[in-house]
Amino acid sequence: MATQAAFMPGTQTKAETGLWSWITTVDHKRIGILYGVSAFIFFLIGGVEALIMRMQLAVPDNTLVSAQRFNELFTMHGTTMIFLGIMPLGAAFFNYMVPLMIGARDVAYPRLNALSYWIFLSGALFLHASFVFGVPPDGGWFGYANLTSKQFSPTQSIDFWMLGLQILGIASMLAGFNFIVTIINMRAPGMTLMRMPVFIWMTLVVQFLVVLAFPAITVALILLMFDRFFGTLFYAPAGGGDPLLWQHLFWIFGHPEVYILILPAMGIVSEVLPTFARKPLFGAPFVIYSGITIGFFGFGVWSHHMFSVGMGPVADSAFSVATMLIAVPTGVKILNWIATLWGGSIRFSSAFLFSLGFIAMFTMGGLSGVMHASPPVDLQQTDTYFVVAHFHYVLFGGSIFGLVSGIYYWWPKMFGRMLDERLGKWHFWLMMIGFNVTFFPQHYLGLIGMPRRIYTYAPDLGWNFWNLVSTIGAFVIALSFLTFLVNVWRTQRSGAVAGPDPWDARTLEWAIPSPPPVYNFAVVPTVHGRDELWLQKHGDEHTGGKPVPRPPAATAADVASIHLPPPSYWPIVLAAFMSMMMSGLLVSFILVIAGGLLTLWSMYKFAMEYHRPPAEAH
Amino acid sequence: MAGPGAHGEAAVHGAAAHAHHDPNIGTTGLDNRKVGMWIFLGSDCMFFGSLIGTYLSYKGKSLGGPTPAEVFNIPLTSYSAALLLFSSLTMVLALDALKANRIKASAWWLFATAMAGLHFVLNQVYEFAEFVLHYGLTLHTSLFGSSFFVLTGFHGAHVTGGVIWLLIWVGLAMRGKLDPRDYTKVEVAGLYWHFVDIVWIAIFTIIYLIP
Amino acid sequence: MKRLASRLPLAASLLGVGLAAAGCGALGWPWDTPMTTVIPKSDFGKETHDIFMLISWWSLGIFVVVEAALVYFCWRFRERPGAPLPKQTHGHTPLEIGWTVAFAVILLIFAIPTIRSIFRTQEVPAATALRVEVAGKQWWWEFSYPALRIQTANELHLPVGQTVAFNLNAPDVIHSFWIPRLGGKRDVVPHRVNRLTMTPDTPGEYIGQCAEYCGESHANMRFRVVVHTPEEFERWAKAQQAPPVEPTEPLAQQGKALFAANACVGCHTIRGMSAGQIGPDLTHFGSRKTLGANLLPNTAENLVRWIENPSHVKPGNRMPDLGMRGEQSKALAAYLLSLK
Repeated sequence: MATQAAFMPGTQTKAETGLWSWITTVDHKRIGILYGVSAFIFFLIGGVEALIMRMQLAVPDNTLVSAQRFNELFTMHGTTMIFLGIMPLGAAFFNYMVPLMIGARDVAYPRLNALSYWIFLSGALFLHASFVFGVPPDGGWFGYANLTSKQFSPTQSIDFWMLGLQILGIASMLAGFNFIVTIINMRAPGMTLMRMPVFIWMTLVVQFLVVLAFPAITVALILLMFDRFFGTLFYAPAGGGDPLLWQHLFWIFGHPEVYILILPAMGIVSEVLPTFARKPLFGAPFVIYSGITIGFFGFGVWSHHMFSVGMGPVADSAFSVATMLIAVPTGVKILNWIATLWGGSIRFSSAFLFSLGFIAMFTMGGLSGVMHASPPVDLQQTDTYFVVAHFHYVLFGGSIFGLVSGIYYWWPKMFGRMLDERLGKWHFWLMMIGFNVTFFPQHYLGLIGMPRRIYTYAPDLGWNFWNLVSTIGAFVIALSFLTFLVNVWRTQRSGAVAGPDPWDARTLEWAIPSPPPVYNFAVVPTVHGRDELWLQKHGDEHTGGKPVPRPPAATAADVASIHLPPPSYWPIVLAAFMSMMMSGLLVSFILVIAGGLLTLWSMYKFAMEYHRPPAEAH
Repeated sequence: MAGPGAHGEAAVHGAAAHAHHDPNIGTTGLDNRKVGMWIFLGSDCMFFGSLIGTYLSYKGKSLGGPTPAEVFNIPLTSYSAALLLFSSLTMVLALDALKANRIKASAWWLFATAMAGLHFVLNQVYEFAEFVLHYGLTLHTSLFGSSFFVLTGFHGAHVTGGVIWLLIWVGLAMRGKLDPRDYTKVEVAGLYWHFVDIVWIAIFTIIYLIP
Repeated sequence: MKRLASRLPLAASLLGVGLAAAGCGALGWPWDTPMTTVIPKSDFGKETHDIFMLISWWSLGIFVVVEAALVYFCWRFRERPGAPLPKQTHGHTPLEIGWTVAFAVILLIFAIPTIRSIFRTQEVPAATALRVEVAGKQWWWEFSYPALRIQTANELHLPVGQTVAFNLNAPDVIHSFWIPRLGGKRDVVPHRVNRLTMTPDTPGEYIGQCAEYCGESHANMRFRVVVHTPEEFERWAKAQQAPPVEPTEPLAQQGKALFAANACVGCHTIRGMSAGQIGPDLTHFGSRKTLGANLLPNTAENLVRWIENPSHVKPGNRMPDLGMRGEQSKALAAYLLSLK
């Protein structure tokens, strides 16, 4: 469904090449790859930060890095992994797969989509520019006030963090608007909401969470900015301000954020398991309703991150009960996934193994989470390595395993080549072993009293051995990712060519060539059920065991009538001027004014680019 | 998940045919741009909700400085509220005229809307100046100062953005670049404008009127 | 290589089992460590520990069932060559409702003792409780006992069997007061007084540590806790209430003169001599076993290191280097250590 001017189909059925074509692309598939590559690079950076921290903690009273450096490392590790690693890796899949899975040709706003990416990239670079200027952020990834005030954080480190996150938030929200409209409004004929693939449902819930939760952190950061730049009193105890206001606003964002981080992986697993078990997802409606419930009630549990601040017994109890309630829809999903395997015919591909790993590890992370839901218990666990273990089990064992499963699953579709399965299995087992060796002992370390965010510890507390073990595990994880890089390198040139449907899968993206043509579907399909491709191949009991009709073969006339939006440089230009304006806040007011005016001007040009599209071809 | 019935397919096919005609209309029959604006407004609700929540949590907790009762100019802000309400009316009239291809009338109504908005903003500038110069209430005087100026300031910024947006339509209309084809685009600006009006009603009630 | 690859799953499984077993203490992971949370020595700690054990046993059970089902299904339903397409089961609503309800019931089992404990542990302390005012500052702890007119730092002394009511204050940023062996933590938040109430039940020495990231030397913001028998506590309190000991050694006397003549008096209190409020009270500094907030043993050598280069021992230290060297720092150290 085109939104802008026609192009000459003859010249653009093949994707253009060259740097400029990537800079001006508005094709969701290319944008997905841009997100994916960027996310992977930042994930590696965050990983290096983790390795340095683990080396520092491998032995007590270590002097590998200073206290200040360590504090910067854990701040940037957390910020990078969450905002520049997991979220954009999810965005890579939203971008590439959502139109394909709903039978659309692109997203609702292709240029806005590109804009989201370029704003994301500028936010990521802005954040990392702090390293160049020698002031990387050091307030922790959740930047509690009033440590982040000008008084206690006088350098610009917190400003980089604050403004960087603001920029990243804008990128996420723009993408959120785009995908909600796309999923609501651009589904192929016959695809009712309940016929959407579960991955699409999870994506939809995630986008609602993004657009409704990010405003809270936007406000939190604005109040911090005003405190630091203009002397307001929002988080200033001396002026009557309450540092806890930051915590409330941050966690009103922060808790939905963790669902933003996990639901995409849950969506991926919900696609991978049925494909390789050769059965539909068990209880797909339940899984969908659980996702919606989690999204909705996820806004009501934020203060379970604040059980130690002294909110009083009524608030503590209310949030405790709400948190336990939310564990129910989260937990039963696991049973749905396992039940999907029952009676199946399981092929142990790499993608499948990573999804299995997800289930196993997320179960553990979820159980430690239930412990945290009880404030009395949590008072011994919060701010210790026990909670560090918990969130790494859900974010790494959960999100990362799930996202990596998606990489292996959809790689053939995106790049037209199969990844090497043997190397994939090496990757899986190394990651599984490395991950557990790193993080399982951290439960123990937390239970014997090791607090988090400490750059060193005394030698006589019984923490030495398992810290060393944990460090070794971290290097095994690193090795596992090297395996993946070797796999990519080897197969890009000489890997087996992937056909449209190498896995005998169930959903629409596997009905088109690998990689897809720039227009995705030559003929927009009509959808008869949730696993439309499976219905076309095999049918099921609702179709009387007969396959449903396949769409007719595409003709040249079909392709000739397709209109796709042409490339545009306004997204990157607008993103650049926005960065100029934001940078000005740290450099000079003139830059803010200039950047602001240029931003307004390029917003106008962006909006007017297709105010009057040229006459259509027919 | 039942098989396709004839009725279902026809309805869907109809929507698809319509969509082929106007690429902005999706398979649900809704316009992409309107859905997008509604979602954005939902998000903006959370934004203002957080700012209003901040104001309310600090109400009565200032350690000094002028109090709301001392500084608020209710007649002025009531007039401002009336201005915005009036501007929502002119906005609707502008859209009505546009739909009927009365471009000049539409441009005048859009201009009136923008001017009402501009008047609102100027009132606010006057109000802020009074607070600062006459009462000594600034951003850093007290919690009231901080939360009041940030909340109402961001609302004023939203109004300003809306004024600029509307004036752009006026400019395009004057250059003959606005016609009934652009109805949805202007309607979307109207949705934004009404939202900004409603937020002001909420702010006016919660911050100014309730003691 | 292929042999190795096929051995990996077995290795991983054994490792997993090994880790889990070790966790359950089968291989004897030591739990009785100086900052352990699972061998509590107060009523607060014991109460919360009971709930922890309840949730842990259920979690272990759920874990075993879920992971076993996962492994078993993978093995039982692996693809057989030539097998037909499996039955395309879409779900089983009664089963799904059933396991949802079951899970909710299990959580109810956790919720009831949780809420009871929340209210019990946050009750207003009795009037007979020993009140201790705690101030968390970057990066040390101030303790005062208003009823006993004692002010000290970094070393907390308590009588066994008596309820202690901590009032927690934070003059600068958010910290968190935590003595793992005694019980859970409570944040110290600026412009707010938080309360923590508990009754230690076993004499001994314990370690506390700040548990909320509070800046550069967060890791170095520790403290020492001594739980005495009532008689020992009496003795300690009397010694703390007494005026500072007059130095008799010449080196220590020299140190006292140096202290009085330098900027030390601006930050520190030594009763009768100075009233500085910025740094720890040093009136009975010599009676403390550690210095720098439980960072180093309180010896002459360590004290000299501290005086000569405070930020080297504790990065970001608010205490400046006043340029004391050689004889001066030794004298100061001797004086301070004499303040028993």
